[in-house]
Amino acid sequence: MTALRVNALCKSFGGLRVTTNVNLTVEPGERRLIIGPNGAGKTTLFNLITGELRPDSGSILLFDQDITRVASRRRAHLGMARTYQIITLFGRDTILRNVTLALLGLSPLRWNPLIDLDREQHLVERARDALARVGLGHIAERPLAQTSYGERRRVEIAMALAQSPKILLLDEPFAGLSIDERRDVRQLLTAIPRDVTIVMIEHNMDVALEFAERITLLHFGEVIVEGTRSDVVNDPRTREVYLGE
Amino acid sequence: MSSRALRVGALSVAFIVLAALPIWVGNQYYINIASQILFWAVFALALNVLVGYGGLVSLGHAALFAMAGYTAGLMLAAGHGHFAADLTAIVVTLITSAVFAVLALRSTGIGFLMITLALGQILWGIAYRWASLTNGDNGVNVRSRPAPFGFELATADAFYYATFVVFVLAVMSMAVFVRSPFGASLRGTRDQARRMNALGYNVWLIRFLAFLLSGFWSGIAGILFVYYNQFISPQVVALQTSAEVLLMVISGGTATLLGPIAGATIVVIMKNVVSAYIERWNLVLGIIFVAIISFMPEGLVPGTVRLWRMGRQALRAKPAAKPDKLRDGRP
Repeated sequence: MTALRVNALCKSFGGLRVTTNVNLTVEPGERRLIIGPNGAGKTTLFNLITGELRPDSGSILLFDQDITRVASRRRAHLGMARTYQIITLFGRDTILRNVTLALLGLSPLRWNPLIDLDREQHLVERARDALARVGLGHIAERPLAQTSYGERRRVEIAMALAQSPKILLLDEPFAGLSIDERRDVRQLLTAIPRDVTIVMIEHNMDVALEFAERITLLHFGEVIVEGTRSDVVNDPRTREVYLGE
Repeated sequence: MSSRALRVGALSVAFIVLAALPIWVGNQYYINIASQILFWAVFALALNVLVGYGGLVSLGHAALFAMAGYTAGLMLAAGHGHFAADLTAIVVTLITSAVFAVLALRSTGIGFLMITLALGQILWGIAYRWASLTNGDNGVNVRSRPAPFGFELATADAFYYATFVVFVLAVMSMAVFVRSPFGASLRGTRDQARRMNALGYNVWLIRFLAFLLSGFWSGIAGILFVYYNQFISPQVVALQTSAEVLLMVISGGTATLLGPIAGATIVVIMKNVVSAYIERWNLVLGIIFVAIISFMPEGLVPGTVRLWRMGRQALRAKPAAKPDKLRDGRP
């Protein structure tokens, strides 16, 4: 069984082909890094995998279940969680409420118009646990508007982890972080247990290479190199299109 | 005193004042004005579900309000009883809301606004031109008010109490809804629809159900309206009604419980009381709205809360500043 299998995935925006016959196989528990220059189609690939975009052709299998036509929201219920390159949180709420919303998304309680959400202790406690896991337990009640960029990145990860995903897609989790914040997020990601498969897009090679077991290099929507860290880093095509000489 | 205790105290006082209003006001004219404020407030609270909590600005809600009024009026004119007429009115309004929602929720933002506006205008056209059904411009007369549980609503006092009960139920249902998981989900779709989808929420269905809730209370308000006036005409379906109730919500403060009530109070008083003294009352209403939007862009209620907090902070800061000034040797 593979955690994620992408077969011959194609996507065009008008005349622009953004994904061309992309094949990707990620094993359960694997840490996969997806790299490529700007405009390579990395985030588009994530959007196709999570269902925010519908592919023109090809298929996506999640733990051997074909999810190509499954609605984006259903994929969260099947164990897929993601973070965004541009932080996408609920700015008017507290950190705790942000994570509670993530938990509520998978709970039948979300349809209930009669109970008080703040009194649903089991949800609130689980949200607190998720925040403690990312080191934000002490500021759970703080409005999101009063948090730093790094803290928001961690809230994004806490929201994804709170959903107990089987596969976690991280879109540039280190972007815009200071050295200390990067260290914190790296420790946090390293601590995620192996029952969670992680696919990560990242430009910061120092931290990303340390984390990844296998790497896929995308260029103009095509996979041009794939393999272990040393395979990809030493491949001349990687140096040509991404790392530079 | 804690802010929660203060809030509970203020709400209790407001409840007692409103419950005893016919006693301390006495004058039937003003009791009727109060009834109008209450059912317009119910309508504004209904619209606030979409505008405030859902981020979906509708300019066609008068159609839902009037659909209930027309259905009840026509059923009564056809000889049916009040219970059957009101129940049918609610069901028809819910069906109309569902149709509106299915069509309008194809879009958000300005697209949603334009679709609701267009649908509202279609129903206005039907009310105005399908004279064999709606009696056209002459409208529909309702001969009597109901007598629920033997309680005659013919007098101003009795009608006020009935409206007050409905108003309290509407406010309570909104208060519960806002704090509920579904209310939180709706606010989430307003703030980050894409993220909500990725978190597993069915954004469309949440908005659709919110539209039905909004339509339900709009219909209840429409029934109160037709009983109050004992008449309904195409004017009620017109764009002006939709715009007025939207102004109530925006001026009072969206996504608040008290905001739509404050907005309804201002508009009804301007229309009914101030217009008796000032011929150009629309001008005064316009100036009030411009002032609110200029000085309290978030609306009257949240704006007042903000100013109150700023004032309290300023008062707290002053005693702390005095010793420093004395230490500096300045007066």
